[in-house]
Amino acid sequence: MKKIKCALIGSGNIGTDLIYKLQRSPLLEPVWMVGIDPESEGLARARDMGLKTTADGVDGLLPHVLADGIQIAFDATSAYVHAENSRKLNELGVMMIDLTPAAIGPLCVPPVNLKAHAEKVEMNVNMISCAGQATIPIVYAVSSVQPVGYGEIVASLASKSIGPGTRANLDEFTYTTSNAIEIVGGARKGKALAIINPADPPMMMRNTISCLTDDEPDQERITASVLAMIKEVQKYVPGYRLVNGPLFDGKRVTVFMEVAGLGDYLPKYAGNLDIMTAAATRTAEMFAEEILAGSIQLKSLEVA
Amino acid sequence: MIADINLKGRKVVIHDMSLRDGMHAKREQISVEQMVQIATALDAAGVPYIQVTHGAGLGGNSLQHGFAPHSNEDYISAVAGKMKQAKVSVLLIPGLGTMKELQSAYDAGARAVHVATHCTEADTSPQHIAFCRKLGMDTNGFLMMAHLNTAEGLAKQGKLMESYGANTVYITDSAGYMLPGDVKDRVAALRAVLNPETEIGFHGHHNMGMGIANSIAAIEAGATRIDTSVAGLGAGAGNTPTEVFVAVCERMGIVTGCDLFQLMDMAEDMIVPMMEHMVRVDRASLTLGFAGVYSTFLLHAKRAGERFGIPARDILVELGRKKMIGGQEDMIVDTAMTMAKERGLLKEIAV
Repeated sequence: MKKIKCALIGSGNIGTDLIYKLQRSPLLEPVWMVGIDPESEGLARARDMGLKTTADGVDGLLPHVLADGIQIAFDATSAYVHAENSRKLNELGVMMIDLTPAAIGPLCVPPVNLKAHAEKVEMNVNMISCAGQATIPIVYAVSSVQPVGYGEIVASLASKSIGPGTRANLDEFTYTTSNAIEIVGGARKGKALAIINPADPPMMMRNTISCLTDDEPDQERITASVLAMIKEVQKYVPGYRLVNGPLFDGKRVTVFMEVAGLGDYLPKYAGNLDIMTAAATRTAEMFAEEILAGSIQLKSLEVA
Repeated sequence: MIADINLKGRKVVIHDMSLRDGMHAKREQISVEQMVQIATALDAAGVPYIQVTHGAGLGGNSLQHGFAPHSNEDYISAVAGKMKQAKVSVLLIPGLGTMKELQSAYDAGARAVHVATHCTEADTSPQHIAFCRKLGMDTNGFLMMAHLNTAEGLAKQGKLMESYGANTVYITDSAGYMLPGDVKDRVAALRAVLNPETEIGFHGHHNMGMGIANSIAAIEAGATRIDTSVAGLGAGAGNTPTEVFVAVCERMGIVTGCDLFQLMDMAEDMIVPMMEHMVRVDRASLTLGFAGVYSTFLLHAKRAGERFGIPARDILVELGRKKMIGGQEDMIVDTAMTMAKERGLLKEIAV
């Protein structure tokens, strides 16, 4: 069966984990990995896994895009360079999946709004953040039952799973995630907190989601909605698990989740890495299905 | 041992925590009027730095940490406007507070800051520390739960914070776990690697009754800044009590520039009457110190314990075993619920 060819930009934890996910996909094929350091471990690993590599950034990839038939690119670099990467690749008709906090395209949480983005043939979709992917489905599950005035999430992450880019830019993580709790999750106001825990052995990613509903929460319907949503996320992240809750406390609804990864590149505790790459892969697969079925056609964006 | 080292004439800068760490002990419920009254008295007593924010600092107002009745900006501007000599400081924990909130605290009148990370995660603070220095603030890198890192490890983390721009690096005994020897080793290791002009601070909790002894040990090893709270008003069994510390310093000839009798009167007439529970070493706070658990967890664990029928001490010991750190207050209810299920007190939801 024909597969859609993909490029990975950024050779860190996320980019490397994506290689494993894409190589398993029935619809996607990772062909290129782009880095900026010829000595990087990530590029060496990509070569070992059969990918073509360049250490000249996105410019090193551009001459090969048409010849190699690249149609989807994943950007796991930084918010600062994403806009340029996206512009250059969109011009060549390549659809971008943005895993940086840049968020120049619409925010995507697969079980909430992926179908809508694919139908509109968005040329750039943003995957928010690991904490966003792990928590926004639950906020949405509550807000789709009744109005939520405030949604707050706390993500606890194993220190070993957090790369230098995220560490140096925690504010961007906070802003992007808080904003997405509102726009995608449906809370009128959103707040995101991140804690990096160095315990050894490393702790599994944990997420606590709290929502304040305008009226008394309908316990039965909210519980059913949350459980149904967890099943949806489990379709692409099998280690997404309810630990406690939903706990009802006046108008407050609290859900305690754990995310175990598949252990592809980093061990299972790095559920944060897994949920991000799995969501990005799921997103790309949805676009790939539509492209392969001929129901959507990617368009190169002409620059005026 | 302490008497062997002559500290006569040594200058130490006191940084008062009553209106920030003290917020924890008051479930974040201190009014603007109370803050102004207490800060004005501290200012008159000669305390040079007064920290004023939500207990969890900038961005702290949340379901996770509780909501204070007023915004951080309201507290800061009300207090800053009344200060004759003291500088108003704030706490910022990256991952919770952001640079937007720092800017707005600065605009409200804050001129000093503790930028706090867990003791192994200093590299989550470069953008915030650099930003504070750019604003011209007195910038303290604050290494929390310092008992969970070695002296050498802390020296490396402190060096990172110095490289980002911190003018002081703190050893922060958030769990009140350390003994004087632990403090001395850690401060000495920092002193050995930091630039001579970079100061060292110590922030203690009194859970093992060591607040004063640990602070003096820190000074012996080279610390020049000490965090304290009047009558110990702070999380757990409270911080190093300001008035007791100043009294000990006077006897040892350490210069704090603070008026002992005014601080004593404040403790007795102003702070103790406003306590909702006696801030002291009791069964639960001693458990924090003994097990090495974040002091702020105390009241959360008591509440969760009552709700789910699990003794607070059992919850705290389990949190210590799971190595939960500052900011993970959500894991207290989670842990209590899991323990309640194990003990047959709570039903598992059918999935």
